[in-house]
Amino acid sequence: MTTVIIYALTATTLFSVGLYGFAIHPDLIRKIVSLNIMAGGAFLFLISLAYHTGSPEVDPVPQAMVLTGIVVTISATAFALCLARRIKEKTGQCLLEHRRKDTET
Amino acid sequence: MPVGAPPERYGNITVPELLILIPFTGAILCFLFPEVLRRLTGLLSAALIFSNSAILTRSIFQDGARRLHLGGWTEPLGIGMSIDGLSILFILLTAVVGLLVSIYSASFFSAAQEQVLARHFWPLWLFLWGALNSLFFVSDIFNAYVVMELVGISAAALAALSGTSASLTAALRYFLLTMAGSMAFLLGVGFIYARTGLLDMYLVGTVADGGPLMAMALGLMTVALIMKTALFPFHFWLPPAHGEAPAPVSAILSGLVIKGSFYLLLRIWFTVFQNSTVTTHAAALIGLLGLIAVIWGSYQAIIQTRLKLIIAYSSIGQVGYLFLLFPLIFMTPDPAWKTEAWTACIFQAISHGLAKAALFLAAGNLIQASGTDDLRSMRNIADKLPMTTFTLALAGVSLMGLPPSGGFVAKWMLLQSILASGQWWLAAAPILGGLLTAAYVFKILSQSFVSDDKKSCCGNVSFVMEKSALLLALFSILIGFRANEVIFLLSEPVFFIIPGGQSP
Repeated sequence: MTTVIIYALTATTLFSVGLYGFAIHPDLIRKIVSLNIMAGGAFLFLISLAYHTGSPEVDPVPQAMVLTGIVVTISATAFALCLARRIKEKTGQCLLEHRRKDTET
Repeated sequence: MPVGAPPERYGNITVPELLILIPFTGAILCFLFPEVLRRLTGLLSAALIFSNSAILTRSIFQDGARRLHLGGWTEPLGIGMSIDGLSILFILLTAVVGLLVSIYSASFFSAAQEQVLARHFWPLWLFLWGALNSLFFVSDIFNAYVVMELVGISAAALAALSGTSASLTAALRYFLLTMAGSMAFLLGVGFIYARTGLLDMYLVGTVADGGPLMAMALGLMTVALIMKTALFPFHFWLPPAHGEAPAPVSAILSGLVIKGSFYLLLRIWFTVFQNSTVTTHAAALIGLLGLIAVIWGSYQAIIQTRLKLIIAYSSIGQVGYLFLLFPLIFMTPDPAWKTEAWTACIFQAISHGLAKAALFLAAGNLIQASGTDDLRSMRNIADKLPMTTFTLALAGVSLMGLPPSGGFVAKWMLLQSILASGQWWLAAAPILGGLLTAAYVFKILSQSFVSDDKKSCCGNVSFVMEKSALLLALFSILIGFRANEVIFLLSEPVFFIIPGGQSP
């Protein structure tokens, strides 16, 4: 039981660190990396559920979920990076907030 | 079932499977085909999806809700699809709006400079349609996460379609938020699985309790979904994303995509957590946010000077009404009024979807005619584009909630159930909200009747574009006459149990 708690705490900490980074960093690349850290937290939590209490077999459902989740996150990350690159090309900055200043000048 | 009813399965494939298969196949074909063939494929897919949605609606209407297991795999491992009155109403809304927006787009993207956009529009839009259909059929919380990501990616890609720096930024902001929301949702799925060992919505619903893990899961999922539905204070991404996109895309995003996440929120609250007892305060809080959204969104709409931004802010206000459902369901003692509140909110979602799509398409007509969506450019349009002006007025009537429109039925039922619940403070939303909505609708319309001889308006707008926008606006009025059918579809909740209300 204690291992489960350790995993759960690590996972939620990782998720919170990612969320914090996502909220405070203005830079797009950092935001996208933070999202991946949040995803890492969620995946770690899911995968730690596979070793359910007592039973010797490993539950395959969380593993299937994490695999699917990784695929989804990879494509979403690729798409977000692609958008970020286009924004960098257009505005010269990898930021969301300085848009108005750019269009005015 | 009467003789000669259309078949519900073709060979081994059932109609609900087709509703997912057709858009995805169409989308892939659209990537491969050249110009003309692409538009044909898009239109053909739209027509096929629409007719199959109609067939499915008819069969659900006659035979009641059903469940399917893909590939014969049952609950714990297989992917299930569940279709009840609630899902079929959203499927039908998507089909009606989708078909008319597709017809509109075929004309909208036909100009030479728009061809590049069309190359990406058709496949992305069909992917989005397929993802939305899957979302309305979804019956387990993990697949809900997956299809939500599909919706998010294709919607954000559509929002970025025009490729200007403003639309790219808006799309990325939207996408980052929906992705963060999805991560929170996934963690919530993990919590639920840790507590119950189940993923199926209905099975979880039968065993869910009010423990701390479940409470955290509910909190995470709720925040995730209200972010995606643009409830105040998470509304800030919506106006730029919906305002900067091309008109048909704005219509899809504002009319359909935010309804998708709202639908999922209903499923999470009233199916997955139907037996949890932890939710009364949360429900009051969500209701308060909805009330603020109605007033704030409508106020912001009044002070905008660009037509598309007015319509986008109006979405924030109109979506706020939907969230009044939560306090009404949890604080009304009488089950009959719970059902009334429930029906009112679904009605609001449907009539807003139709009216908002009509408004954005009409705005697209105007932009094509005058080159801008500045309100001042609307002078003279009542003369030059009478059909578009009429569309704006009709859709505005439905948003304001004047009889006999769909918006009227929704707001009337909402007000009745608010009074019956004794939650007087909520009544501010339909009353004040209606007034504020009237203010921005008249702001739009009054400009269109100003005749300004110095300015020579306008280019021509194709017949198809004017008519498809008008049809959507007409539907948003006419849905008010079909209230009985909607109430009937919602009154037999097989998988859905209103807490404390009549169970099946």
